Amino acid sequence: MTALFRKIKAFLVVYYAYMLEYRAELLLWVLANSLPLIMMGVWSQAATGGQFSLTALDFARYFIAVFVVRQFTIVWVIWDFEREVVEGKLSPRLLQPIDPVWHHVAGHASERLARLPFSTGLVILFFILYPQAFWWPNLMGLIGGILAIVLAFTLRFIIQYTFALFAFWVERATAIEQLWFLFYLFLSGMIAPLDLFPDAVRNVVEWTPFPYLIYFPVSLLVGIPTPVAKGFAIMLAWCGLGLLINRWLWRRGIKHYSGMGA
Amino acid sequence: MTIITCDHLDKVYPVAVKEPGLKGTLSHFFQRQHRLVKAVQGVSFQIDPAEVVGFLGPNGAGKTTTLKMLTGLIHPSGGQVQVAGHIPFRRHAKFLTKITLVMGQKQQLLWDLPALDSLKINAAVYQISRREFEYRVDELSDMLALRGKLTQPVRKLSLGERMKAELLAALLHHPQVLFLDEPTLGLDVNAQVSVREFLKEYNQRYNATILLTSHYMADITALCDRVLLIHQGQLIYDGALNQLMSRFAPYREVKLELVQPPDPADLQKYGEVEAVTGREVRLLVRRADLTPTVSKILANLQVLDLTITDPPIEEIIGRVFQSGKVT
Repeated sequence: MTALFRKIKAFLVVYYAYMLEYRAELLLWVLANSLPLIMMGVWSQAATGGQFSLTALDFARYFIAVFVVRQFTIVWVIWDFEREVVEGKLSPRLLQPIDPVWHHVAGHASERLARLPFSTGLVILFFILYPQAFWWPNLMGLIGGILAIVLAFTLRFIIQYTFALFAFWVERATAIEQLWFLFYLFLSGMIAPLDLFPDAVRNVVEWTPFPYLIYFPVSLLVGIPTPVAKGFAIMLAWCGLGLLINRWLWRRGIKHYSGMGA
Repeated sequence: MTIITCDHLDKVYPVAVKEPGLKGTLSHFFQRQHRLVKAVQGVSFQIDPAEVVGFLGPNGAGKTTTLKMLTGLIHPSGGQVQVAGHIPFRRHAKFLTKITLVMGQKQQLLWDLPALDSLKINAAVYQISRREFEYRVDELSDMLALRGKLTQPVRKLSLGERMKAELLAALLHHPQVLFLDEPTLGLDVNAQVSVREFLKEYNQRYNATILLTSHYMADITALCDRVLLIHQGQLIYDGALNQLMSRFAPYREVKLELVQPPDPADLQKYGEVEAVTGREVRLLVRRADLTPTVSKILANLQVLDLTITDPPIEEIIGRVFQSGKVT
Protein backbone atom coordinates (compact mmCIF):
# COMPACT_ATOMS: atom_id res chain seq x y z
CA MET A 1 0.00 0.00 0.00
CA THR A 2 2.86 2.36 0.89
CA ALA A 3 4.47 1.62 -2.48
CA LEU A 4 1.20 2.46 -4.22
CA PHE A 5 0.86 5.79 -2.38
CA ARG A 6 4.48 6.56 -3.17
CA LYS A 7 3.86 5.93 -6.85
CA ILE A 8 0.74 8.10 -6.86
CA LYS A 9 2.54 10.90 -4.99
CA ALA A 10 5.64 10.78 -7.23
CA PHE A 11 3.56 10.79 -10.42
CA LEU A 12 1.28 13.62 -9.30
CA VAL A 13 4.06 15.81 -7.92
CA VAL A 14 6.25 15.42 -11.01
CA TYR A 15 3.43 15.84 -13.52
CA TYR A 16 2.10 18.86 -11.59
CA ALA A 17 5.56 20.43 -11.97
CA TYR A 18 5.48 19.45 -15.65
CA MET A 19 2.11 21.14 -16.20
CA LEU A 20 3.19 24.29 -14.39
CA GLU A 21 6.00 24.65 -16.92
CA TYR A 22 3.34 25.81 -19.39
CA ARG A 23 1.76 28.75 -17.54
CA ALA A 24 0.74 30.79 -20.57
CA GLU A 25 -0.54 27.67 -22.31
CA LEU A 26 -2.69 26.81 -19.31
CA LEU A 27 -4.47 30.16 -19.43
CA LEU A 28 -4.97 29.82 -23.17
CA TRP A 29 -6.42 26.32 -22.72
CA VAL A 30 -8.89 27.66 -20.18
CA LEU A 31 -9.92 30.45 -22.55
CA ALA A 32 -10.00 28.09 -25.53
CA ASN A 33 -12.74 26.17 -23.79
CA SER A 34 -15.04 29.13 -23.41
CA LEU A 35 -17.56 27.83 -25.97
CA PRO A 36 -20.12 27.33 -23.15
CA LEU A 37 -19.84 31.05 -22.32
CA ILE A 38 -20.59 31.93 -25.95
CA MET A 39 -23.52 29.53 -25.97
CA MET A 40 -24.70 31.15 -22.74
CA GLY A 41 -24.92 34.51 -24.50
CA VAL A 42 -26.76 33.01 -27.46
CA TRP A 43 -29.33 31.08 -25.40
CA SER A 44 -29.89 33.80 -22.79
CA GLN A 45 -30.66 36.19 -25.61
CA ALA A 46 -32.94 33.66 -27.27
CA ALA A 47 -34.74 32.99 -23.96
CA THR A 48 -35.73 36.61 -23.58
CA GLY A 49 -37.65 36.51 -26.86
CA GLY A 50 -38.72 32.86 -27.22
CA GLN A 51 -40.76 30.18 -25.44
CA PHE A 52 -38.36 27.81 -23.64
CA SER A 53 -38.62 25.69 -20.54
CA LEU A 54 -35.59 27.57 -19.14
CA THR A 55 -35.31 31.28 -18.37
CA ALA A 56 -32.36 33.49 -19.33
CA LEU A 57 -31.05 33.11 -15.76
CA ASP A 58 -31.41 29.30 -15.96
CA PHE A 59 -29.40 29.31 -19.18
CA ALA A 60 -26.69 31.45 -17.58
CA ARG A 61 -26.37 29.04 -14.65
CA TYR A 62 -26.53 26.02 -16.93
CA PHE A 63 -23.70 27.22 -19.17
CA ILE A 64 -21.42 28.44 -16.39
CA ALA A 65 -21.82 24.94 -14.91
CA VAL A 66 -21.04 23.47 -18.35
CA PHE A 67 -17.89 25.60 -18.39
CA VAL A 68 -16.87 24.24 -14.97
CA VAL A 69 -17.61 20.62 -15.91
CA ARG A 70 -15.66 20.99 -19.16
CA GLN A 71 -12.67 22.36 -17.24
CA PHE A 72 -12.57 19.18 -15.18
CA THR A 73 -13.32 16.68 -17.92
CA ILE A 74 -11.09 17.76 -20.78
CA VAL A 75 -9.07 14.84 -22.14
CA TRP A 76 -6.29 14.85 -24.74
CA VAL A 77 -4.77 11.39 -24.23
CA ILE A 78 -5.41 10.37 -27.84
CA TRP A 79 -3.07 13.04 -29.25
CA ASP A 80 -0.25 12.09 -26.87
CA PHE A 81 -0.73 8.36 -27.27
CA GLU A 82 -0.91 8.48 -31.06
CA ARG A 83 2.39 10.35 -31.15
CA GLU A 84 3.97 7.86 -28.76
CA VAL A 85 2.94 4.93 -30.96
CA VAL A 86 3.76 6.49 -34.31
CA GLU A 87 7.14 7.84 -33.20
CA GLY A 88 8.09 4.81 -31.09
CA LYS A 89 8.13 6.88 -27.89
CA LEU A 90 5.97 4.27 -26.24
CA SER A 91 8.95 1.89 -26.16
CA PRO A 92 10.77 3.30 -23.09
CA ARG A 93 7.50 3.29 -21.16
CA LEU A 94 6.71 -0.28 -22.15
CA LEU A 95 9.99 -1.31 -20.59
CA GLN A 96 8.94 -0.13 -17.14
CA PRO A 97 6.98 -2.38 -14.80
CA ILE A 98 3.95 -0.10 -14.78
CA ASP A 99 1.18 0.35 -17.32
CA PRO A 100 2.04 3.42 -19.45
CA VAL A 101 -1.52 4.71 -19.04
CA TRP A 102 -0.67 5.92 -15.51
CA HIS A 103 1.62 8.54 -17.00
CA HIS A 104 -1.37 9.94 -18.90
CA VAL A 105 -3.72 9.65 -15.93
CA ALA A 106 -1.21 11.52 -13.75
CA GLY A 107 -0.74 14.15 -16.46
CA HIS A 108 -4.48 14.74 -16.72
CA ALA A 109 -5.09 14.71 -12.96
CA SER A 110 -2.31 17.18 -12.20
CA GLU A 111 -3.34 19.40 -15.10
CA ARG A 112 -6.73 19.77 -13.37
CA LEU A 113 -4.92 21.17 -10.33
CA ALA A 114 -2.70 23.43 -12.40
CA ARG A 115 -5.71 24.76 -14.30
CA LEU A 116 -7.83 25.27 -11.17
CA PRO A 117 -6.67 28.83 -10.26
CA PHE A 118 -7.28 30.06 -13.82
CA SER A 119 -10.73 28.54 -14.21
CA THR A 120 -11.75 29.57 -10.66
CA GLY A 121 -10.66 33.12 -11.46
CA LEU A 122 -12.82 33.15 -14.57
CA VAL A 123 -15.87 31.82 -12.69
CA ILE A 124 -15.43 34.44 -9.94
CA LEU A 125 -15.12 37.14 -12.60
CA PHE A 126 -18.31 35.86 -14.22
CA PHE A 127 -20.27 36.11 -10.97
CA ILE A 128 -18.87 39.59 -10.27
CA LEU A 129 -20.11 40.72 -13.68
CA TYR A 130 -23.41 38.84 -13.44
CA PRO A 131 -24.19 38.56 -9.69
CA GLN A 132 -27.87 37.63 -10.15
CA ALA A 133 -26.72 34.34 -11.78
CA PHE A 134 -24.96 33.27 -8.56
CA TRP A 135 -26.39 30.26 -6.75
CA TRP A 136 -25.33 27.67 -4.22
CA PRO A 137 -26.19 24.10 -5.17
CA ASN A 138 -27.81 22.11 -2.33
CA LEU A 139 -25.53 19.68 -0.50
CA MET A 140 -26.77 16.57 -2.31
CA GLY A 141 -26.52 18.36 -5.63
CA LEU A 142 -22.95 19.43 -4.84
CA ILE A 143 -21.80 15.97 -3.71
CA GLY A 144 -23.60 14.28 -6.59
CA GLY A 145 -22.28 16.87 -9.02
CA ILE A 146 -18.65 16.41 -7.89
CA LEU A 147 -19.01 12.64 -8.05
CA ALA A 148 -20.57 12.90 -11.50
CA ILE A 149 -17.72 15.15 -12.69
CA VAL A 150 -15.14 12.60 -11.50
CA LEU A 151 -17.05 9.81 -13.23
CA ALA A 152 -17.56 11.94 -16.37
CA PHE A 153 -13.81 12.50 -16.57
CA THR A 154 -13.19 8.78 -16.02
CA LEU A 155 -15.67 7.83 -18.72
CA ARG A 156 -14.36 10.38 -21.21
CA PHE A 157 -10.78 9.27 -20.52
CA ILE A 158 -11.64 5.59 -20.97
CA ILE A 159 -13.49 6.26 -24.22
CA GLN A 160 -10.77 8.46 -25.68
CA TYR A 161 -7.98 6.14 -24.56
CA THR A 162 -9.85 3.24 -26.17
CA PHE A 163 -9.98 5.18 -29.45
CA ALA A 164 -6.31 6.00 -28.96
CA LEU A 165 -5.44 2.29 -28.92
CA PHE A 166 -6.46 2.11 -32.58
CA ALA A 167 -3.20 3.95 -33.23
CA PHE A 168 -1.58 0.50 -33.07
CA TRP A 169 -3.33 -0.29 -36.36
CA VAL A 170 -4.42 2.89 -38.13
CA GLU A 171 -1.77 5.37 -36.97
CA ARG A 172 -4.24 8.28 -37.27
CA ALA A 173 -6.54 7.42 -34.39
CA THR A 174 -7.27 11.10 -33.76
CA ALA A 175 -9.61 11.03 -36.78
CA ILE A 176 -11.92 8.72 -34.78
CA GLU A 177 -11.96 11.21 -31.92
CA GLN A 178 -12.76 14.06 -34.28
CA LEU A 179 -15.81 12.21 -35.61
CA TRP A 180 -16.84 11.30 -32.07
CA PHE A 181 -16.45 14.92 -30.99
CA LEU A 182 -19.22 15.97 -33.38
CA PHE A 183 -21.70 13.75 -31.54
CA TYR A 184 -20.23 14.76 -28.19
CA LEU A 185 -20.72 18.43 -29.03
CA PHE A 186 -24.45 18.08 -29.76
CA LEU A 187 -25.55 15.19 -27.58
CA SER A 188 -23.63 15.94 -24.37
CA GLY A 189 -25.53 19.15 -23.68
CA MET A 190 -22.63 21.44 -24.47
CA ILE A 191 -24.40 23.35 -27.27
CA ALA A 192 -27.87 23.22 -25.74
CA PRO A 193 -29.45 21.66 -22.65
CA LEU A 194 -31.01 18.30 -23.48
CA ASP A 195 -34.31 19.65 -22.11
CA LEU A 196 -34.66 21.49 -25.42
CA PHE A 197 -34.30 18.30 -27.50
CA PRO A 198 -37.40 16.41 -28.75
CA ASP A 199 -38.48 13.60 -26.39
CA ALA A 200 -37.78 10.91 -29.00
CA VAL A 201 -34.15 12.06 -29.30
CA ARG A 202 -33.73 12.34 -25.52
CA ASN A 203 -35.12 8.83 -25.00
CA VAL A 204 -32.45 7.38 -27.26
CA VAL A 205 -29.60 9.64 -26.19
CA GLU A 206 -30.03 8.89 -22.49
CA TRP A 207 -28.75 5.33 -23.12
CA THR A 208 -25.57 6.59 -24.80
CA PRO A 209 -22.57 7.90 -22.85
CA PHE A 210 -22.93 11.46 -24.23
CA PRO A 211 -25.34 13.17 -21.76
CA TYR A 212 -23.36 11.83 -18.81
CA LEU A 213 -20.25 13.64 -19.92
CA ILE A 214 -21.74 17.12 -19.39
CA TYR A 215 -25.52 17.35 -19.05
CA PHE A 216 -25.85 14.94 -16.11
CA PRO A 217 -23.22 16.52 -13.80
CA VAL A 218 -24.46 19.99 -14.80
CA SER A 219 -28.06 19.05 -13.98
CA LEU A 220 -26.99 17.89 -10.52
CA LEU A 221 -25.11 21.12 -9.87
CA VAL A 222 -27.78 23.44 -11.24
CA GLY A 223 -30.71 21.47 -9.85
CA ILE A 224 -32.41 20.35 -13.08
CA PRO A 225 -34.54 17.31 -12.14
CA THR A 226 -32.79 14.17 -13.38
CA PRO A 227 -32.92 10.47 -12.38
CA VAL A 228 -29.76 10.32 -10.24
CA ALA A 229 -29.42 6.58 -9.57
CA LYS A 230 -30.16 5.68 -13.17
CA GLY A 231 -27.65 8.27 -14.37
CA PHE A 232 -24.83 6.91 -12.19
CA ALA A 233 -25.73 3.32 -13.11
CA ILE A 234 -25.53 4.07 -16.84
CA MET A 235 -22.21 5.91 -16.36
CA LEU A 236 -20.73 2.99 -14.44
CA ALA A 237 -21.98 0.54 -17.04
CA TRP A 238 -20.32 2.53 -19.86
CA CYS A 239 -17.11 2.79 -17.82
CA GLY A 240 -17.11 -0.98 -17.30
CA LEU A 241 -17.80 -1.75 -20.95
CA GLY A 242 -15.20 0.78 -22.09
CA LEU A 243 -12.64 -0.71 -19.75
CA LEU A 244 -13.26 -4.23 -21.05
CA ILE A 245 -12.89 -3.17 -24.69
CA ASN A 246 -9.88 -1.05 -23.74
CA ARG A 247 -7.98 -3.91 -22.10
CA TRP A 248 -8.84 -6.27 -24.97
CA LEU A 249 -7.54 -3.77 -27.53
CA TRP A 250 -4.43 -3.08 -25.44
CA ARG A 251 -3.48 -6.76 -25.33
CA ARG A 252 -3.94 -7.10 -29.09
CA GLY A 253 -2.37 -3.74 -29.90
CA ILE A 254 0.77 -4.42 -27.95
CA LYS A 255 1.32 -7.56 -30.05
CA HIS A 256 0.91 -5.46 -33.15
CA TYR A 257 3.25 -2.71 -31.96
CA SER A 258 6.46 -2.48 -33.92
CA GLY A 259 8.22 0.30 -31.99
CA MET A 260 8.44 2.42 -35.12
CA GLY A 261 11.27 4.86 -35.32
CA ALA A 262 12.92 3.25 -32.33
CA MET B 1 24.23 -20.95 -17.38
CA THR B 2 23.39 -18.40 -20.05
CA ILE B 3 21.47 -15.18 -19.41
CA ILE B 4 20.39 -14.57 -23.02
CA THR B 5 19.34 -17.36 -25.33
CA CYS B 6 18.06 -16.89 -28.87
CA ASP B 7 17.10 -19.95 -30.82
CA HIS B 8 16.22 -19.53 -34.50
CA LEU B 9 14.66 -16.16 -33.89
CA ASP B 10 12.63 -14.76 -36.79
CA LYS B 11 10.80 -11.52 -37.35
CA VAL B 12 8.73 -10.95 -40.44
CA TYR B 13 6.57 -7.87 -40.86
CA PRO B 14 4.48 -6.40 -43.64
CA VAL B 15 5.51 -3.12 -45.23
CA ALA B 16 3.15 -1.09 -47.43
CA VAL B 17 4.44 -0.69 -50.96
CA LYS B 18 3.53 2.36 -53.02
CA GLU B 19 4.48 3.14 -56.61
CA PRO B 20 5.47 6.77 -57.27
CA GLY B 21 3.17 9.16 -59.15
CA LEU B 22 -0.57 9.85 -59.14
CA LYS B 23 -1.52 6.39 -60.38
CA GLY B 24 0.50 4.81 -57.63
CA THR B 25 -1.03 7.15 -55.04
CA LEU B 26 -4.61 6.35 -56.14
CA SER B 27 -4.06 2.60 -56.29
CA HIS B 28 -2.37 2.81 -52.88
CA PHE B 29 -5.43 4.64 -51.53
CA PHE B 30 -7.94 2.10 -52.83
CA GLN B 31 -5.94 -1.08 -52.53
CA ARG B 32 -2.96 -1.28 -50.23
CA GLN B 33 -0.19 -3.59 -51.37
CA HIS B 34 2.13 -5.06 -48.79
CA ARG B 35 5.28 -7.05 -49.00
CA LEU B 36 6.74 -9.14 -46.23
CA VAL B 37 10.12 -8.07 -44.93
CA LYS B 38 12.23 -10.70 -43.21
CA ALA B 39 13.96 -8.43 -40.72
CA VAL B 40 15.51 -11.26 -38.69
CA GLN B 41 15.98 -14.84 -39.92
CA GLY B 42 16.99 -17.81 -37.82
CA VAL B 43 19.22 -15.88 -35.43
CA SER B 44 20.66 -18.07 -32.66
CA PHE B 45 23.18 -17.15 -29.99
CA GLN B 46 23.78 -17.39 -26.27
CA ILE B 47 25.32 -14.89 -23.93
CA ASP B 48 26.71 -15.65 -20.48
CA PRO B 49 26.24 -13.41 -17.44
CA ALA B 50 28.66 -10.45 -17.25
CA GLU B 51 29.68 -10.77 -20.90
CA VAL B 52 29.94 -7.61 -22.99
CA VAL B 53 29.04 -8.41 -26.57
CA GLY B 54 29.09 -6.12 -29.59
CA PHE B 55 26.24 -6.47 -32.03
CA LEU B 56 27.30 -5.19 -35.42
CA GLY B 57 25.65 -4.81 -38.75
CA PRO B 58 24.97 -2.24 -41.43
CA ASN B 59 21.82 -0.11 -41.27
CA GLY B 60 18.69 -2.23 -41.67
CA ALA B 61 20.52 -5.49 -40.91
CA GLY B 62 18.14 -6.40 -38.07
CA LYS B 63 20.09 -5.26 -34.99
CA THR B 64 17.40 -3.04 -33.50
CA THR B 65 14.65 -5.51 -34.36
CA THR B 66 16.58 -8.21 -32.49
CA LEU B 67 17.06 -5.90 -29.51
CA LYS B 68 13.33 -5.12 -29.52
CA MET B 69 12.56 -8.85 -29.41
CA LEU B 70 15.07 -9.40 -26.61
CA THR B 71 13.49 -6.64 -24.53
CA GLY B 72 9.94 -7.78 -25.22
CA LEU B 73 8.91 -4.69 -27.16
CA ILE B 74 7.90 -6.77 -30.15
CA HIS B 75 6.79 -10.36 -30.58
CA PRO B 76 9.02 -12.69 -32.59
CA SER B 77 7.40 -14.31 -35.65
CA GLY B 78 9.24 -17.53 -34.86
CA GLY B 79 11.89 -19.13 -32.69
CA GLN B 80 12.54 -19.00 -28.99
CA VAL B 81 14.01 -16.27 -26.85
CA GLN B 82 14.80 -16.16 -23.18
CA VAL B 83 16.39 -13.35 -21.19
CA ALA B 84 17.23 -13.54 -17.47
CA GLY B 85 15.00 -16.60 -17.14
CA HIS B 86 11.96 -14.92 -18.72
CA ILE B 87 10.21 -14.88 -22.06
CA PRO B 88 10.55 -11.19 -22.90
CA PHE B 89 7.29 -10.47 -24.77
CA ARG B 90 5.25 -11.57 -21.76
CA ARG B 91 6.61 -8.38 -20.15
CA HIS B 92 6.51 -9.71 -16.63
CA ALA B 93 7.20 -7.03 -14.02
CA LYS B 94 10.06 -9.17 -12.65
CA PHE B 95 11.62 -9.37 -16.09
CA LEU B 96 11.30 -5.63 -16.66
CA THR B 97 13.13 -4.88 -13.42
CA LYS B 98 16.07 -7.03 -14.59
CA ILE B 99 16.66 -5.36 -17.95
CA THR B 100 17.07 -1.99 -19.57
CA LEU B 101 17.22 -0.70 -23.11
CA VAL B 102 18.99 2.51 -23.96
CA MET B 103 18.37 3.88 -27.40
CA GLY B 104 20.66 6.67 -28.54
CA GLN B 105 17.90 8.49 -30.38
CA LYS B 106 15.05 7.90 -27.91
CA GLN B 107 14.61 9.52 -24.55
CA GLN B 108 12.61 8.66 -21.48
CA LEU B 109 13.38 11.79 -19.45
CA LEU B 110 10.73 14.52 -19.33
CA TRP B 111 12.10 17.24 -21.59
CA ASP B 112 11.01 20.32 -19.67
CA LEU B 113 11.85 19.13 -16.15
CA PRO B 114 15.13 18.43 -14.40
CA ALA B 115 16.28 14.83 -14.81
CA LEU B 116 15.91 14.37 -11.06
CA ASP B 117 12.11 14.58 -11.40
CA SER B 118 12.02 11.78 -13.95
CA LEU B 119 14.37 9.79 -11.71
CA LYS B 120 11.89 10.17 -8.83
CA ILE B 121 9.19 8.61 -10.99
CA ASN B 122 11.56 5.75 -11.84
CA ALA B 123 12.38 5.28 -8.16
CA ALA B 124 8.67 4.96 -7.35
CA VAL B 125 8.03 2.63 -10.30
CA TYR B 126 10.92 0.32 -9.41
CA GLN B 127 10.15 0.62 -5.68
CA ILE B 128 13.56 1.92 -4.72
CA SER B 129 13.59 3.29 -1.17
CA ARG B 130 14.38 6.98 -0.65
CA ARG B 131 17.74 6.22 0.96
CA GLU B 132 18.71 3.75 -1.70
CA PHE B 133 17.56 6.21 -4.38
CA GLU B 134 19.80 8.95 -3.00
CA TYR B 135 22.74 6.54 -2.75
CA ARG B 136 22.31 5.27 -6.31
CA VAL B 137 21.85 8.73 -7.80
CA ASP B 138 25.02 9.87 -5.99
CA GLU B 139 26.96 6.83 -7.12
CA LEU B 140 25.83 6.92 -10.74
CA SER B 141 26.19 10.68 -11.10
CA ASP B 142 29.74 10.34 -9.79
CA MET B 143 30.51 7.58 -12.26
CA LEU B 144 28.98 9.62 -15.08
CA ALA B 145 30.38 12.99 -13.93
CA LEU B 146 26.87 14.41 -13.81
CA ARG B 147 26.95 16.13 -10.43
CA GLY B 148 25.00 19.38 -10.43
CA LYS B 149 23.43 18.60 -13.78
CA LEU B 150 20.42 16.65 -12.56
CA THR B 151 18.62 19.74 -11.27
CA GLN B 152 18.74 21.51 -14.63
CA PRO B 153 15.89 21.05 -17.10
CA VAL B 154 16.77 18.24 -19.52
CA ARG B 155 16.34 20.57 -22.50
CA LYS B 156 19.16 22.76 -21.14
CA LEU B 157 21.68 19.90 -21.02
CA SER B 158 24.21 19.29 -23.77
CA LEU B 159 23.72 16.20 -25.93
CA GLY B 160 26.45 14.35 -24.04
CA GLU B 161 25.02 15.27 -20.63
CA ARG B 162 21.54 14.28 -21.77
CA MET B 163 22.76 10.91 -22.96
CA LYS B 164 24.51 10.34 -19.65
CA ALA B 165 21.37 11.37 -17.77
CA GLU B 166 19.41 8.90 -19.93
CA LEU B 167 21.91 6.22 -18.96
CA LEU B 168 21.50 7.11 -15.31
CA ALA B 169 17.70 6.85 -15.61
CA ALA B 170 17.99 3.54 -17.43
CA LEU B 171 20.32 2.08 -14.81
CA LEU B 172 18.77 3.45 -11.63
CA HIS B 173 17.11 0.11 -10.92
CA HIS B 174 20.44 -1.73 -11.33
CA PRO B 175 19.41 -4.00 -14.21
CA GLN B 176 21.30 -7.24 -14.77
CA VAL B 177 21.07 -7.05 -18.54
CA LEU B 178 21.73 -3.90 -20.55
CA PHE B 179 20.68 -3.58 -24.16
CA LEU B 180 22.35 -0.53 -25.64
CA ASP B 181 21.40 0.66 -29.10
CA GLU B 182 23.89 3.28 -30.31
CA PRO B 183 24.48 4.75 -26.84
CA THR B 184 27.16 7.15 -28.11
CA LEU B 185 25.31 8.33 -31.21
CA GLY B 186 26.07 11.95 -32.00
CA LEU B 187 28.36 12.46 -28.99
CA ASP B 188 31.72 14.19 -29.24
CA VAL B 189 34.89 12.19 -28.65
CA ASN B 190 35.21 13.13 -24.97
CA ALA B 191 31.60 12.21 -24.21
CA GLN B 192 32.01 8.94 -26.12
CA VAL B 193 35.05 8.06 -24.04
CA SER B 194 33.31 8.84 -20.75
CA VAL B 195 30.23 6.78 -21.69
CA ARG B 196 32.50 3.88 -22.64
CA GLU B 197 34.43 4.12 -19.39
CA PHE B 198 31.20 4.26 -17.44
CA LEU B 199 29.85 1.13 -19.14
CA LYS B 200 33.07 -0.72 -18.47
CA GLU B 201 32.96 0.23 -14.81
CA TYR B 202 29.27 -0.62 -14.49
CA ASN B 203 29.88 -4.03 -16.05
CA GLN B 204 32.73 -4.77 -13.63
CA ARG B 205 31.02 -3.39 -10.54
CA TYR B 206 27.66 -5.12 -11.03
CA ASN B 207 28.60 -8.10 -13.24
CA ALA B 208 26.03 -6.79 -15.69
CA THR B 209 25.61 -8.37 -19.09
CA ILE B 210 25.79 -5.90 -21.97
CA LEU B 211 24.69 -6.31 -25.56
CA LEU B 212 25.72 -3.23 -27.48
CA THR B 213 25.18 -1.96 -30.99
CA SER B 214 27.28 0.90 -32.26
CA HIS B 215 28.53 2.33 -35.49
CA TYR B 216 31.57 3.64 -33.64
CA MET B 217 34.07 0.83 -33.73
CA ALA B 218 35.97 2.44 -30.86
CA ASP B 219 32.97 1.53 -28.64
CA ILE B 220 33.26 -2.08 -29.71
CA THR B 221 37.04 -2.39 -29.40
CA ALA B 222 37.02 -0.67 -26.00
CA LEU B 223 34.24 -2.77 -24.50
CA CYS B 224 33.69 -6.05 -26.32
CA ASP B 225 35.80 -9.17 -26.59
CA ARG B 226 33.07 -10.92 -28.52
CA VAL B 227 31.06 -9.69 -31.46
CA LEU B 228 27.96 -10.83 -33.30
CA LEU B 229 27.75 -9.78 -36.93
CA ILE B 230 24.33 -9.61 -38.53
CA HIS B 231 23.78 -9.10 -42.23
CA GLN B 232 20.41 -9.00 -43.98
CA GLY B 233 18.73 -10.45 -40.89
CA GLN B 234 21.12 -13.38 -40.56
CA LEU B 235 23.89 -13.92 -38.08
CA ILE B 236 27.11 -14.32 -40.06
CA TYR B 237 29.66 -14.31 -37.27
CA ASP B 238 29.70 -15.02 -33.56
CA GLY B 239 33.09 -15.04 -31.92
CA ALA B 240 36.08 -13.17 -30.62
CA LEU B 241 36.86 -9.80 -32.11
CA ASN B 242 40.57 -10.73 -32.40
CA GLN B 243 39.76 -13.85 -34.37
CA LEU B 244 37.65 -11.85 -36.76
CA MET B 245 40.53 -9.44 -37.24
CA SER B 246 43.06 -12.12 -38.04
CA ARG B 247 40.65 -14.02 -40.27
CA PHE B 248 39.56 -10.98 -42.21
CA ALA B 249 42.74 -8.99 -42.05
CA PRO B 250 45.51 -11.45 -42.90
CA TYR B 251 47.71 -8.45 -43.69
CA ARG B 252 49.36 -5.90 -41.46
CA GLU B 253 50.29 -2.48 -42.55
CA VAL B 254 54.00 -1.51 -42.53
CA LYS B 255 54.71 2.21 -42.72
CA LEU B 256 58.23 3.25 -43.62
CA GLU B 257 60.07 6.54 -43.70
CA LEU B 258 63.14 6.17 -45.88
CA VAL B 259 66.25 8.32 -46.26
CA GLN B 260 65.65 8.69 -50.01
CA PRO B 261 62.55 8.33 -52.20
CA PRO B 262 62.43 4.66 -53.28
CA ASP B 263 61.76 3.04 -56.63
CA PRO B 264 58.20 1.64 -56.32
CA ALA B 265 59.05 -1.38 -58.49
CA ASP B 266 61.78 -2.24 -56.04
CA LEU B 267 59.33 -2.31 -53.12
CA GLN B 268 57.05 -4.98 -54.55
CA LYS B 269 59.26 -7.83 -53.39
CA TYR B 270 58.45 -6.88 -49.76
CA GLY B 271 54.66 -6.81 -50.06
CA GLU B 272 51.67 -5.14 -51.65
CA VAL B 273 52.46 -1.45 -52.13
CA GLU B 274 49.55 0.61 -50.86
CA ALA B 275 51.01 4.06 -51.34
CA VAL B 276 54.29 5.86 -51.94
CA THR B 277 54.40 9.55 -51.05
CA GLY B 278 57.89 10.99 -51.40
CA ARG B 279 60.01 9.19 -48.81
CA GLU B 280 57.00 7.62 -47.11
CA VAL B 281 55.82 4.15 -48.04
CA ARG B 282 52.83 2.04 -46.95
CA LEU B 283 53.05 -1.71 -47.53
CA LEU B 284 50.64 -4.57 -46.79
CA VAL B 285 52.53 -7.61 -45.56
CA ARG B 286 51.08 -11.07 -44.77
CA ARG B 287 51.02 -11.70 -41.03
CA ALA B 288 52.97 -14.96 -41.49
CA ASP B 289 55.73 -13.18 -43.46
CA LEU B 290 55.97 -10.16 -41.21
CA THR B 291 59.16 -10.93 -39.27
CA PRO B 292 61.37 -12.03 -42.21
CA THR B 293 60.03 -9.20 -44.38
CA VAL B 294 60.79 -6.54 -41.78
CA SER B 295 64.30 -7.99 -41.36
CA LYS B 296 64.83 -7.81 -45.13
CA ILE B 297 63.57 -4.23 -45.29
CA LEU B 298 65.89 -3.16 -42.50
CA ALA B 299 68.84 -4.95 -44.16
CA ASN B 300 68.23 -3.64 -47.70
CA LEU B 301 66.73 -0.17 -47.29
CA GLN B 302 67.87 2.91 -45.42
CA VAL B 303 65.03 3.25 -42.93
CA LEU B 304 64.50 6.30 -40.71
CA ASP B 305 61.28 5.11 -39.11
CA LEU B 306 59.14 1.95 -39.22
CA THR B 307 55.68 1.28 -37.74
CA ILE B 308 53.46 -1.78 -37.99
CA THR B 309 49.70 -1.46 -37.53
CA ASP B 310 46.50 -3.42 -38.09
CA PRO B 311 44.23 -2.04 -40.77
CA PRO B 312 41.37 0.01 -39.20
CA ILE B 313 38.64 -2.27 -37.84
CA GLU B 314 35.99 -0.29 -39.72
CA GLU B 315 37.69 -1.43 -42.92
CA ILE B 316 37.66 -5.07 -41.83
CA ILE B 317 34.02 -5.02 -40.78
CA GLY B 318 33.14 -3.15 -43.97
CA ARG B 319 34.85 -5.88 -45.99
CA VAL B 320 32.84 -8.56 -44.13
CA PHE B 321 29.55 -6.80 -44.79
CA GLN B 322 30.42 -6.25 -48.43
CA SER B 323 30.97 -9.94 -48.96
CA GLY B 324 28.02 -10.86 -46.70
CA LYS B 325 29.87 -13.81 -45.21
CA VAL B 326 32.77 -14.50 -42.93
CA THR B 327 34.19 -17.75 -44.25
